[in-house]
Amino acid sequence: MNDRSLTYREAVREAIREALQRDPRVFLMGEDVGHYGGCFAVTRGLLEEFGPDRIRDTPLAESAFVGAGIGAALGGLRPIVEIMTCNFSLLAADQIMNTAATLLHMSGGQFNVPLVIRMATGGGKQLAAQHSHSLEGWYAHIPGLRILTPATITDARGMLGAALACPDPVLLFENQTLYNMEGTLPDPPPAVDLDSARIMRPGRHLSLLTYGASLWKCLAAAEQLATEGIEAEVVDLRTLRPLDDATLMDSVARTHRVLIVDEGWRSGGISAEISARIMEQRFYDLERPVARLCTAEVPIPYAQHLEEAALPQAGTIAATARTLVSTHD
Amino acid sequence: MIDFTMPSLGADMEAATLMAWKIAPGDTVHRGDVVAEVETDKGLIEIEVFHHGVVEELVAHIGQKLPVGAVLARLRETAPATTTPAPPAALPTTTPPAPVAAAPAPAPPADSPATSAASSTVPPAPAATHTRVSPLARKVAATLGIDLATVTGSGPGGAIERADVERAAAHAAAASASPQAADPASPATATTPAAAPDLSADHPDAATAMRRAIAAAVSKSNREIPHYHLATRIDMTRARAWLEAENARRPITDRLLPAAVLLAAVARALKDHPDLNAAWIGDSLVRRDAVHINFAIATRHGGLISPAVLDVQSKSVDAIMTALNDLIPRAKAGRLRSSELSEGTITVTSLGDLGVETVFGVIYPPQVALIGFGRLSEEPWAENGGLFVRPVIHATLAGDHRATDGRTGARFLESLNRLLQHPESL
Repeated sequence: MNDRSLTYREAVREAIREALQRDPRVFLMGEDVGHYGGCFAVTRGLLEEFGPDRIRDTPLAESAFVGAGIGAALGGLRPIVEIMTCNFSLLAADQIMNTAATLLHMSGGQFNVPLVIRMATGGGKQLAAQHSHSLEGWYAHIPGLRILTPATITDARGMLGAALACPDPVLLFENQTLYNMEGTLPDPPPAVDLDSARIMRPGRHLSLLTYGASLWKCLAAAEQLATEGIEAEVVDLRTLRPLDDATLMDSVARTHRVLIVDEGWRSGGISAEISARIMEQRFYDLERPVARLCTAEVPIPYAQHLEEAALPQAGTIAATARTLVSTHD
Repeated sequence: MIDFTMPSLGADMEAATLMAWKIAPGDTVHRGDVVAEVETDKGLIEIEVFHHGVVEELVAHIGQKLPVGAVLARLRETAPATTTPAPPAALPTTTPPAPVAAAPAPAPPADSPATSAASSTVPPAPAATHTRVSPLARKVAATLGIDLATVTGSGPGGAIERADVERAAAHAAAASASPQAADPASPATATTPAAAPDLSADHPDAATAMRRAIAAAVSKSNREIPHYHLATRIDMTRARAWLEAENARRPITDRLLPAAVLLAAVARALKDHPDLNAAWIGDSLVRRDAVHINFAIATRHGGLISPAVLDVQSKSVDAIMTALNDLIPRAKAGRLRSSELSEGTITVTSLGDLGVETVFGVIYPPQVALIGFGRLSEEPWAENGGLFVRPVIHATLAGDHRATDGRTGARFLESLNRLLQHPESL
């Protein structure tokens, strides 16, 4: 087994290609996924390889093509629908929430919807407010959906196949700052599960619970903190719905101090949910109140320095972590 | 995954050395299984596991000295085979691995002091000024028996955190390791259940360490527990006659010692006076359902160790004798189990075989009472206008005045006396 180097973008593309090769029921559709090769160049070359029946360019009509994806899934196909960024998924929110997520329930268990929707999420690339928000925490509110946030090359490669094997609708949120990230992947790529959080770096002084692009910022912060004698445990949530409570609570029980780092907005976000669960399940193991570091509650600014200031960064993560372990007289 | 951690085998224990593993990765363990041997100030102790599970990994190495709370092994939890008490609600699966400072975070069984404290009797802060205490610090304070009013907080806004509680505990232990407590001839010292290990030649420091352990426990007791002492004389005519008759018709191996009768009487009397079978934790009395009696046993090398005879409330005199026959040789050999050292709910000190007439005991915290028995001797006994010579034993009670009043103690001794007049019903 050899490790090989590739980018997150290539890992996602390989995952799509493998899915198309393995199962004739799988097809991809979305805006500019075919001739243009994808807005983030993820699907470049797939139209030539698989033809227009399986790589389908769609009009700029999210509600229509997500609805078509639901119909195809109900009809026995295994669609991968790409929504350019999660900001535009709101145009299809009715299809996602009122149809995809509810149909199994409303049909009395007769119709499941094996639909996979991929979308880019997150800020940091100066794409301004309408292209930079992080809405995965919103979608994690909805029963009937599974919400995945692949942050590593391994998950970028492995989660799509696992999502297609899932009988119910799955939303994959790919952070757009990660597409150029390079990393290594074992060959053959390992299978991944969709149920567990993963401890990316063990530590005993505090827990950094995070997901997506913030994972790498947390790891950088942990590296900095280690030079100061603070051992931060970094946990990648991987799946926002359902949350892997057991792994999170075990970490809390070991470290007694928690910082949740979340690129969504603070009020009513996934970090609020995790904080509440910790309070419910591990109150008596806490040394300090649970801390959250989220995106500033503003539309993501275009200006680079403002955008940086709005998002959690390694520096602010480390600074917040220090306040959690410091003593005051 | 469960971290199996170094248990606290007494409020004064800080660390122990891993001597042997009784398990290997892949083994299935059940609650109560002996999984390792550790060397403490109290000797070689077999420690038990409090979960059902499969051993994933042995973390600690033989010979390693580990603080209380340090991870020894990791278990993968499996469903309990039988119905056993759930692990403590506040601390279901894990305890911190090797924390910043030595962190006492034992995973005690459901009826041990720490658990009850954590789950039901977190000491309330004074009503007038609400002290800021982290939930973890409260739990640790309850486990260590530290009064939060004595702790200075170093957290935000003066909040008390775990490290503050541990500092206070260490300070208390250090302050108590003073020479005046170390006179082995003093009856007070002799009655402490804080144990004495076998002292072997290759452990030159063992005597000092043992003395320090005793010193810490008795000093904490005398510093924090306002004792009251009650004494009474008990006519043992009937009890002695019953014992003699019983033993006369038994093979030698089944014979009963007076201690078995005394322990049975104590356990029965406690049923009517449950406030004495309890722990004082924080600011409150926590009653124990089970009666685990710490019972002082002399070791081969002249030390004294007080392991607990477990569940005496549900044992017959014969069963108590069986338990003593099992316990005494193991105590002498220094092979006790962790539950026998950590779970006592009351202490009985019997110094009769040393010729002592009356015992004035020092309570073993967080227990709230100690029962003392002197020698059984013939004494003049006035009754109904006549003077007789009777076998008499001096029974005493040392009570924690925070937990109970003299009236409770007096009624207990009265019950004890009454029960010993009907030994056949014990």
